[in-house]
Amino acid sequence: MIEPAPKRSGLAIWLPLILFGGFFALVIWGLVRPADREVASAFIGKPLPQFNLEAATEDRPGLATNDFKVGKPKLLNVFASWCVPCAIESPQLAALARQGVEIDGVAIRDRREDLARFLATNGNPFARIGKDDLSQVQLAIGSSGVPETFVIDGKGVIRYQHIGEIREEDMPLILAKLKEAGQ
Amino acid sequence: MKHLFTMLAFAVLALLAPPLAAQDLLPPAPYAYKQLEDPAEEAKAQALMETLRCLKCQSQAISDSDAPMAGDMRHQVRTRIKAGEDPEAIRAWLIERYGDYVSYAPQNKPIMWPLFAAPLVILLLAAILLRGRFRKSAKPEGGE
Repeated sequence: MIEPAPKRSGLAIWLPLILFGGFFALVIWGLVRPADREVASAFIGKPLPQFNLEAATEDRPGLATNDFKVGKPKLLNVFASWCVPCAIESPQLAALARQGVEIDGVAIRDRREDLARFLATNGNPFARIGKDDLSQVQLAIGSSGVPETFVIDGKGVIRYQHIGEIREEDMPLILAKLKEAGQ
Repeated sequence: MKHLFTMLAFAVLALLAPPLAAQDLLPPAPYAYKQLEDPAEEAKAQALMETLRCLKCQSQAISDSDAPMAGDMRHQVRTRIKAGEDPEAIRAWLIERYGDYVSYAPQNKPIMWPLFAAPLVILLLAAILLRGRFRKSAKPEGGE
């Protein structure tokens, strides 16, 4: 004797299809969403770790943590001569320097002669440039690429991180963050 | 044959072409490709490096990657292990800077609990469902 199939509610029959539809939508969303490959620093709001980098050029001093504890917000620019977008942001850095913003550079894995050529070509907006051949400072502040720019307040606390080159349209935000850090 | 020559020509051209992404010209960090002298220390460093994400090439561990930054991270890991630092302390140091994303090893945090609980929940659910099934099929035995 065949038992009659147990009665199922309407919803139970559709549930697998609904689940599949949901899963399908999730996959499509994951495929079309622009990939975010940036790793933001988790070190915002924390004081700069201790470091003391030797000078990367002949005409600018090196860079140490204490250089930031001077009561005035500054920019810390992580860059390299071999980094193509770093050349793109140089007009913006020059404009910031003209406005009286002090920009200190950390040159990642750079040779002195390459760096000198890069600065001669693109201008030198930096007050100090530290030489970071082992990416030690870069790792210590949670930076994962070049260029990146950090706003550091007058007590040496990291207040903001800008990932990628600073473009014309990023200038108001950078200036606002500097002002905020100065308050 | 002619086709083969064209393909070879393209292959040679591709080899000669300058790389798209600029790379630095500095030699790798001392401990980027060099193992630690003490095998026990090297084993510890290796185990840790296999569970740390390369930030430049995000689907690779730093032990697998030839990115200069991964080399610098390996140098950092090996010199710290050599100095006697605990591997988990180094992992914590990196997580403090890059978030959980930098570690491939799952951390015991509340957000992970549902994941760890899922197998137990599924087993429990299966047991309840199967119990119902067995009871149903046991009944008609007498009737047939």
